[in-house]
Amino acid sequence: MRYSIFSLARQALSGHRNWQPAWRDPEPKPGYDAIIVGGGGHGLATAYYLAKEHGITNVAVLEKGYLGGGNVGRNTTIVRSNYMLPGNVRFYEKSLQLWENLSQDLNFNVMFSQRGVLNLAHSDAQVDAFARRGNSMRLHGVDAELLTPEQIAREVPALDLANARFPVYGGLMQRRGGTARHDAVAWGFARAADGLGVDIIQNCEVTGFRREGGRITGVETTRGTINAPKIGLAVAGHTSRLAEMAGLRLPIESHLLQAFVSEGVKPMLDHVVTFAAGHFYISQSDKGGLVFGSSLDGYNSYSARGNLPAVEHCVEALMSLMPSAGRLRLLRHWGGVMDMTMDGSPIIDKTPIEGLYLNGGWCYGGFKATPGSGWCFAHTIAQDRPHYLNSALSLDRFRHGEVLDEERSGPVPNLH
Amino acid sequence: MKLPCPLCGSRALEEFTYLGDASVTRPDPETETLDDWYAFVYLRDNPCGRMHELWQHSGGCRAWIVVERDTLTHEVFGSELARDRNTRERAA
Repeated sequence: MRYSIFSLARQALSGHRNWQPAWRDPEPKPGYDAIIVGGGGHGLATAYYLAKEHGITNVAVLEKGYLGGGNVGRNTTIVRSNYMLPGNVRFYEKSLQLWENLSQDLNFNVMFSQRGVLNLAHSDAQVDAFARRGNSMRLHGVDAELLTPEQIAREVPALDLANARFPVYGGLMQRRGGTARHDAVAWGFARAADGLGVDIIQNCEVTGFRREGGRITGVETTRGTINAPKIGLAVAGHTSRLAEMAGLRLPIESHLLQAFVSEGVKPMLDHVVTFAAGHFYISQSDKGGLVFGSSLDGYNSYSARGNLPAVEHCVEALMSLMPSAGRLRLLRHWGGVMDMTMDGSPIIDKTPIEGLYLNGGWCYGGFKATPGSGWCFAHTIAQDRPHYLNSALSLDRFRHGEVLDEERSGPVPNLH
Repeated sequence: MKLPCPLCGSRALEEFTYLGDASVTRPDPETETLDDWYAFVYLRDNPCGRMHELWQHSGGCRAWIVVERDTLTHEVFGSELARDRNTRERAA
């Protein structure tokens, strides 16, 4: 059923008793043309674009838990393409362009809100660095605007710009950036992929790979063996564990990131704002809660359970930036497992094993990449080679010294 | 989380700085290849469970220590000075 004002009116007249489930709950078939492991945003988007762009509809998405129950349902929902390195900026800009028409494309309101993403600078050197990044973005056809403290004070009055320790010297604004409703992204891609014939199989954990002469031929799962000549991994957070089953060792560590939501208040923050002095990012959700987060907890972890020093660091940054938020109570906070690569940039590529494809290493920036990642990964799987847009996000870039290190912090995952 | 420093006893997490996996070893200059360096700098086992890691007690005695910790439960099993571990492993 297509969602529209007419379908809504028709259902209203029958008392909303005839809505159909948004996707089927099929039993796994013995074989498919392609299997995507991981029913989060990236896996579902990959299946959708495989069906839509490449006509491969005999596809299964295998999800260990429930659909969208991982990081796609728990993040700070920021969407932007304000990267500096060419290999990154072209990829993230493609993703942002897909976001701009995603609700219409999926026939599902993902509530994409281009409210602008503002990075604050706290020293002359940071202003220079932002000007350089803004110029790089504009050379790639991406919008970027350098704002003065006076312009920022006018647009974002809630900020303390004259903070004694971290005064604001300026900011880089990407007005096409913003936020989206994270659950709706998972549900929208699932519904659209299902509508094109993709089987979404939940509660189905992959326990091993089937191989024949070095080639992947299928997966062992908790719901039986499923065969497919092409298998894509989209299990960021747990990529190393799946890769280990296939005998691969990767340039990835799993780390812990926390995020927070305050109680709901009236509109006080119209944009996404980042505080560069302490690595902190904040926006206000449509329900009114302030949604914010900061750096990693700092050590390898699969626990999805955060520590208190990281909470304190994050709240200190909030109080430096927006002292008025000190009266708010936290509604909830959560921790998730992040695939941290050695250079802070993701991987979408083939692997040395024929038939096995890898999408991972999203660090803590995977949400914004969801449509672009699915689009590029679908191309990589269908054509058996990376697209130009993800050609720099290769697995062997580390071996060849072609790392994409935006933060210039070296091969230390917990510093990215 | 608290970590046991062999010199200072059980101390709060904020006093320590994390380096990472203690099982990676620097390539031997006599036999090194480019692949050895690639593995040393970039590739990690990333275990879900028990792991030996290098921490520095940077806010305390500044000793480098090796902590054995579970990455799933955050349970800490013990620690020793990195120097002692190194000496023991070379002897073995």
